Amino acid sequence: MTAVAVALPAPVVEMIGVRRVFPGPPEVEAIRDVDLTIRQGEYLSIVGPSGSGKSTLLHLLGLLDNPSGGVYRLDGVDTMSLRERRRAVLRGERIGFVFQSFHLLAHRTVLENVALSMVYVGVPRRERMARARVALERVGLSHRMDFGPTTLSGGERQRVAIARALVAEPSLLLADEPTGNLDSVNAEAILELFDELHRGGMTLAVITHDDHVSERAQRRVRIVDGTLQW
Amino acid sequence: MRDVLDEALAGVAARPTRLILTTLGTVLGVAALVGTVGLGQTAAGQISQKFDLAQATRVVVEPEENNGQEGEAATELPWDAPDRLGRLNGVDAVGTVSALDVGDDLVSNVAGLNGGEGKALTVMSGSAGLFDAIRAVLKTGRFFDAGHDQRGDKVVVLGKHAAERLGINRVDSAPAIFIGDEAYTVIGILDSVAGRAELNDSVIMPNGTAKAAYDLKSPDAIEIRTAVGAAQLIAGQAPKAIQPNDPSKLKVDAPPKQGAVRKGVESDLNALFLLLGAVALLVGGLGIANVTLLSVLERIGEIGLRRALGAARRHIAAQFLVESVIVGLLGGLLGTAVGVLLTVGVSFAKDWTPILDNKLAFGSPLLGAVIGLIAGTYPAWKASAIQPITALRGA
Ligand SMILES: Nc1ncnc2c1ncn2[C@@H]1O[C@H](COP(=O)(O)OP(=O)(O)O)[C@@H](O)[C@H]1O
Ligand SMILES: [Mg+2]
Repeated sequence: MTAVAVALPAPVVEMIGVRRVFPGPPEVEAIRDVDLTIRQGEYLSIVGPSGSGKSTLLHLLGLLDNPSGGVYRLDGVDTMSLRERRRAVLRGERIGFVFQSFHLLAHRTVLENVALSMVYVGVPRRERMARARVALERVGLSHRMDFGPTTLSGGERQRVAIARALVAEPSLLLADEPTGNLDSVNAEAILELFDELHRGGMTLAVITHDDHVSERAQRRVRIVDGTLQW
Repeated sequence: MRDVLDEALAGVAARPTRLILTTLGTVLGVAALVGTVGLGQTAAGQISQKFDLAQATRVVVEPEENNGQEGEAATELPWDAPDRLGRLNGVDAVGTVSALDVGDDLVSNVAGLNGGEGKALTVMSGSAGLFDAIRAVLKTGRFFDAGHDQRGDKVVVLGKHAAERLGINRVDSAPAIFIGDEAYTVIGILDSVAGRAELNDSVIMPNGTAKAAYDLKSPDAIEIRTAVGAAQLIAGQAPKAIQPNDPSKLKVDAPPKQGAVRKGVESDLNALFLLLGAVALLVGGLGIANVTLLSVLERIGEIGLRRALGAARRHIAAQFLVESVIVGLLGGLLGTAVGVLLTVGVSFAKDWTPILDNKLAFGSPLLGAVIGLIAGTYPAWKASAIQPITALRGA
């Protein structure tokens, strides 16, 4: 028994009976009774139709929103009792976000956009640029570092966003419809990048309504009406 | 802290056109304030330059220039005029001054040079009180006193330039000079005088000496030093005190009323400009508040992103607050520059020396920053109150 327990990697995410109710009117129970464990190095996809509560779940996982009930431990830390300030620090240090619409700052260079994710987590200024360069090399964008995001293609923009999510060395990479705004060629490149990250030991949770995307994951979870189905 | 500043600077710099429009109100307001206060200070400076203390307290009495014509007996200043004036309240010092007619006599530091290498210096005489009345300062030695005057001692005091031309710079060895063939002992050398600049080039002897040597009949003029603010009063009283029977035959020189000049410069316009400046500042502040609020709404996605990257509410608030302080500071700097240029420009046109208080020059940009701070408070609070999920869904 002990041998089995030791063999399993430590859980990054532990959700038990998590609910999220948006007080109306009309009241919407977007997430009901979710039990979810994501272990270190896992590549999980959460797939479901539009309006099923995917984004709400991602916000809860990413500490951007508070559950209405249940227990959520991130890296073993009980997040339910944390004050907002602590949650912000935890979010900055442990979570990397990739959004459907990239969310790059248009007036800053690619390099600056990537370095931005180290501003709020206390990485010394001198280190930031060097680490941002390494992260951009990792996503194959060394030649675009001093460009503005508006000059890049959608696929390149999303790779910048991924570099930004990786550079602070998070415990968990959260992606919400990462290929939703991309054509199939660019989408494929992003998915290959995820595969590579997974092989490198990164813990990933990708949320999508697209079966092609979810199929790439090691483990798939379906969400319908705010409930997880295995 | 550096990071907040960097992020805020980048945020401000991202929209240069908007930045300029946003600062406009502050620029106008600060420019109006700095210009008004600067011109006020400059004008006041001209007044005090023209009306330095020496001039503001100097009254000179002379006989009317055209008197003695048409057969009338010439009016002469009496020798006891200083005593009479000295009794008036508000007269601090009084003395007579006269230019002597020395004929062909030249001044020299060596005997027997009359008509030879002597110098054509002016020879003047005065009462003992003259030096105090014209605020004379000694370089060395002493002034002559009432005793010298009464005894008619052969002593002189040299004006600064006169001493230089005669090659005399010390009096401890009691050097002698010669006017014509007469020897006089130099007892003092002047360093400066506030009125009567011609004394700098003169040899000055006591009246008693001048009466004996050159038959001086009456003083040319009377120099009065009044208490501060008493010049007008003394100017009015002096002729009657000197010549109760015929005061109108005397000419009095007194400084113009200070109040009258000051009033001409500091008109009601100042109050109007200050008011306009204040209104412009208020409008400028509201403008900054409005644009910052607008930019909060526009940048809601950025707010969401920053929160996702670990920014707490206070980081977001600080960013927008610092941005609006920067906008205010920039407006303050530009406004100060415009105000200073205005002051210098008007001064140049009016041939004034521009005077600007350091406090004004350095304080005004800060005024802009304070306006930015006040204007930014509400938008910053608004921005920090936006929920991350709302912010991320919005964009
Ligand atoms: N802030 C909110 N307030 C009220 N209802 C919300 C809010 N966010 C999401 N919802 C509702 O919760 C449900 C799930 O939404 P969401 O998680 O965005 O779905 P998905 O991402 O799967 O399309 C939807 O019915 C949506 O209308
Ligand atoms: Mg969604």
